[in-house]
Amino acid sequence: MIEQLNQLIEQLLIQTAPTVPSIQQVVFVMLAIPAAVAALMVVLARNLFHSALALVGTLFAVAGIYALLEAEFLAVSQILVYVGAISTLITFAIMLTRGMMYGATSPLNRQAGTAIMIMGLLFAVLSGLVASMPWPENLVALETFSWGIFSNRITGEAIIASLGQKFLTTYLVPFELMAVLLLVALAGAILLARDRQ
Amino acid sequence: MVPLSWYLVLAAFIFCCGLLAALARRNAIAVLMGIELMLNAVNINLVAFWRYGAAVEQLDGLLFALFVIAIAAAEAAVGLALIISVYRSRKTVNLDELTLLQG
Amino acid sequence: MEQWSESLFNLLGGLGLPQEVSTIIALAVGALVLASVAPVLALVLIWITRKVISRMQDRIGPNRIGPFGLLQTVADALKLLSKEDIRPANADFLSYALAPILSVFGVILTVAVVAIAPGWIGADLNIGVLYLVALGSIGIMAALMAGWSSNNKYALLAGFRVVAQLLSYEIPMVLAMLGPVLWVGSMRLGLITEAQSLNIFGFNLGLGWFVILMPGMALIYLISALAESEQTPFDLLEAESELIAGFHIEYSGMKFAMFFLAQFLNTFFLGAIGVMLFFGGWQGPFVDQLPILGVFYFLIKAFAFYVLVMWIKGTFPRVRVDQMMSFAWKVLVPLVLSLILWQMLAMKLFGPVWLQYVAVLAGNVIAIGIVVNVLTSHFKQEQVRTKRAFGPKSLIGTMQPYAGD
Repeated sequence: MIEQLNQLIEQLLIQTAPTVPSIQQVVFVMLAIPAAVAALMVVLARNLFHSALALVGTLFAVAGIYALLEAEFLAVSQILVYVGAISTLITFAIMLTRGMMYGATSPLNRQAGTAIMIMGLLFAVLSGLVASMPWPENLVALETFSWGIFSNRITGEAIIASLGQKFLTTYLVPFELMAVLLLVALAGAILLARDRQ
Repeated sequence: MVPLSWYLVLAAFIFCCGLLAALARRNAIAVLMGIELMLNAVNINLVAFWRYGAAVEQLDGLLFALFVIAIAAAEAAVGLALIISVYRSRKTVNLDELTLLQG
Repeated sequence: MEQWSESLFNLLGGLGLPQEVSTIIALAVGALVLASVAPVLALVLIWITRKVISRMQDRIGPNRIGPFGLLQTVADALKLLSKEDIRPANADFLSYALAPILSVFGVILTVAVVAIAPGWIGADLNIGVLYLVALGSIGIMAALMAGWSSNNKYALLAGFRVVAQLLSYEIPMVLAMLGPVLWVGSMRLGLITEAQSLNIFGFNLGLGWFVILMPGMALIYLISALAESEQTPFDLLEAESELIAGFHIEYSGMKFAMFFLAQFLNTFFLGAIGVMLFFGGWQGPFVDQLPILGVFYFLIKAFAFYVLVMWIKGTFPRVRVDQMMSFAWKVLVPLVLSLILWQMLAMKLFGPVWLQYVAVLAGNVIAIGIVVNVLTSHFKQEQVRTKRAFGPKSLIGTMQPYAGD
């Protein structure tokens, strides 16, 4: 009887013992909390420039998350394209259309209350769904995969090399279409925003 | 090792913030910033599923995320050009006042 | 480098810490050491700047404080620290205070990928060259923030111009950096530096620099680096006569000092990267037998590049903003694109390596020769046209003899 009680207490202690988080989990939390806080500030900041700065903060944190997921090329591309180009574009647009900058009024419009409730519901549903699914728990190291003709290189280089190869073989049509799309967007943006005098 | 669900919950949160910004902000540029947040959340999902998936050497998720970044750049450029053009003719970017098409 | 980090790991592991925590502490100590190189380097750089420029202007320069004026920079730093920290009214204080910090942040991060000696590199990233490009965009954000948050029209306009300059010259710089990357086949800076060795009979001469292979790319990189670090002839920002000295009008004291710190360090580190990509980095004779010579060669080359930039600064006048933009978009971008195209074609079409070498070198020289010819004839015509319009009698400054009417 006392032995069973001892076994029960031991099982209870093992189940509720605090687990030491691994380093990746600590780094993830250190990146995710600024990302979440900055995303919230994009929505709620009164000053539009503060919103833009919070967006830049979110983009940096998301780039850090890509680096944590071992997609370092994507992380640096994110900083190059999003922070270097799109954020600069957004800041220029804010400065050229100065209207509601110094917000004494609320930045949210009439349907903000409903929107907040629905967003809360959506987030609860999504995260509940995601957290309750049985995802596979093991993370296979990148070195165990075969990278085709680039197998004699370091894994990081092999990923970038096979990325380039895939752009030109399997995904050639989307690649060329993306180039055409960027050209059309460039021409269209210049045409739309030029001075008509 | 970080469980996959953590990445997906973070992506869901950023997506909801972006959707909130796109629906509930008055300024047109803030709506565009919400769209960028939504695209970033989708990218986090794609890359997380690429990394934790089975066919990592296919690089599908990574390529899809790169295409999304490029398309977001093109769409931000055109959207901001539109906003500047609207500002020139209407002198406002407040979405409550741009109600010409409202019935 | 590995021996030092390993001994640090063992020391920390002996203290009883788990392995991951000791890894993080060792990495943090390494990062701190690398980051503290930058302000110390800035002292030396500012002294070199003042001495070189003053000698070119036929004066002596600072020579009172310390031997040869070496402590002049320290005195300047103390003076700037003691200045009043002005906060403009209605300025957005968060971005006003954050802009100089971000500016320096983007520059100090480049120390992590600079390869000083064989094996001595902070982090041999797989995406080294792309990482350097991405750090330039942090400086752009900092300039925009500074211009906007000063709540001053002129600061805003100057901020726009600086961002236009930085963005326009980032494209030729990135594409010129792509030349060595294509040749070596990897973006790792350590590998690119190692590939610039000249092996004769198994002995590493260390003189196979890429500037001999692709001089056009090196020249374009030099010009774009001058523009990216806002040195003459592209220093619209620093000129006191242009828009009241740029986007740091409203900054005083230490914040102002940080912008200048960022500018000096940016010049040096862009030069160091150019040295790594085109001039061999730590490569030189006898570097295999005595690796410490690599540090010596690298520092000589990097400081020679910096003195070259100061030489240009003391010699050339400034360009106007429209001349700068048209030079970037109409001359540099088509040139560098055609050079990249030719290099890709040459590397794929020709089989043996020596033939590729000759083809790339010939392509570079021909392209640069054509562009220089076109530009000089264009400028000669313009000059003569202007002179004839104002009066054919005064030919001072023209290049053609008066042939009579």
